[in-house]
Amino acid sequence: MITDLDHLIGLFAKLPGFGPRSARRAVLRLVEQPEARMLPLANALLAVARNVKVCTVCGNLDTRDPCGICADPHRERDLICVVESVGDLWALERARAHHGLYHVLGGTLSAIGGTGPEDLNLASLLPRLGQGGAGELILALSATVDGAATAHWVADKVAPSGVRVTRVAQGVPMGGALDVLDDGTLAAALRARR
Amino acid sequence: MEWAAPGIVLAAAPYGEGDALCAVLSEESGLYRGLVRGGGSRARAATWQPGNIVQLRWTARLPEQLGSFTGELVHAPVAFAMQDRVALAVLASACATAAGALPEREPQPAIFRGLLRVLAGLATGPEVLTDLVRWELDLLRELGFGLDLSRCAVTGVTGGLAYVSPRTGRAVSAEGAGLWRERLLPLPGFLYGNTPPDAAGWRQGLALAGHFLARDVFGARHQALPAARQRLAEIVAGLPEDDSEGH
Repeated sequence: MITDLDHLIGLFAKLPGFGPRSARRAVLRLVEQPEARMLPLANALLAVARNVKVCTVCGNLDTRDPCGICADPHRERDLICVVESVGDLWALERARAHHGLYHVLGGTLSAIGGTGPEDLNLASLLPRLGQGGAGELILALSATVDGAATAHWVADKVAPSGVRVTRVAQGVPMGGALDVLDDGTLAAALRARR
Repeated sequence: MEWAAPGIVLAAAPYGEGDALCAVLSEESGLYRGLVRGGGSRARAATWQPGNIVQLRWTARLPEQLGSFTGELVHAPVAFAMQDRVALAVLASACATAAGALPEREPQPAIFRGLLRVLAGLATGPEVLTDLVRWELDLLRELGFGLDLSRCAVTGVTGGLAYVSPRTGRAVSAEGAGLWRERLLPLPGFLYGNTPPDAAGWRQGLALAGHFLARDVFGARHQALPAARQRLAEIVAGLPEDDSEGH
């Protein structure tokens, strides 16, 4: 018979970074201190589950629509950064290097994954560019075959709008030693030298 | 069971949190699929990008099992194709076509060497399309659907071939085509004569090979041509007529 605890452990084990063993440890920590840990977590989960929305402007996840970034008047509104996922948006926000707006595509074109153009959130990007104001579109997509193919595809679709399209650079990471880099990264770094 | 050889990564699909299911092509073993532990992780995903040449080792307890791969990157042609939309589309198309068309675990030395030539030509710009079209025709021949471009199917002459019958795959001369020329597939000059390849020739070549790949190889399995192959055709359709260098 599956108890409530087993059910909870099973749900945790499905999360990224968790397996059955780590899920048991996490659940044990929670049930040991239900008032201090479990109820606040449950309340937070409930609140987010009820309030989180997909921003109709950029595709970000937030409790507001438009999201906090799109609604922020201090953002550079002529600069839109296109990312694959909300996780990538969060990574760029952590870096605090981009002060413009975002657009979340929701994936990349992938023959293997079965992701086609109709599965990507491009339909709402073109009207954003058409409304004017956007001076540059930064394609911050992953340095994979799928990511690069998607970047070329988005650039083609955006070209008629006349907006300047740029791509994030590829090359030597911060703190990276050349002798441990793979050939592909080294080649890309040399080709993108300035 | 195990083998070790250089191979070309054709496809990699994420499996679980950090693993990947990969399809590779090697000269002796042909198309093989296997699990790559950590192949989808940040540290190793770069190695298992389509088009990369990897020193492979495949192991399994029994030959009929899926097995698993380990590998070390030998060369990364994809790094040279990232910024070039035509080269990237060629790479993606060739890998997807090979992964979808070839039978598993049958030696394919000619196809392997042809694909290596295509990958080596990625840095040459749109000229690589000539190699790709020839490789696709070689692929058709290896799969038993080769075209007969030796003589005209109507008149028997060996010169002046200008078309291919979409039904039989046999060449037809301009004279022999007669009123049927509208129904025939144009034979690009670079496949038959010494005409230098151009954008129109590449379009014709892709249409020619694509027709037979779609009908005889993928159509026989009730599948469409790979999306990457269709995307390549769209990109080449947009090349300027006189562009044999531009992108």
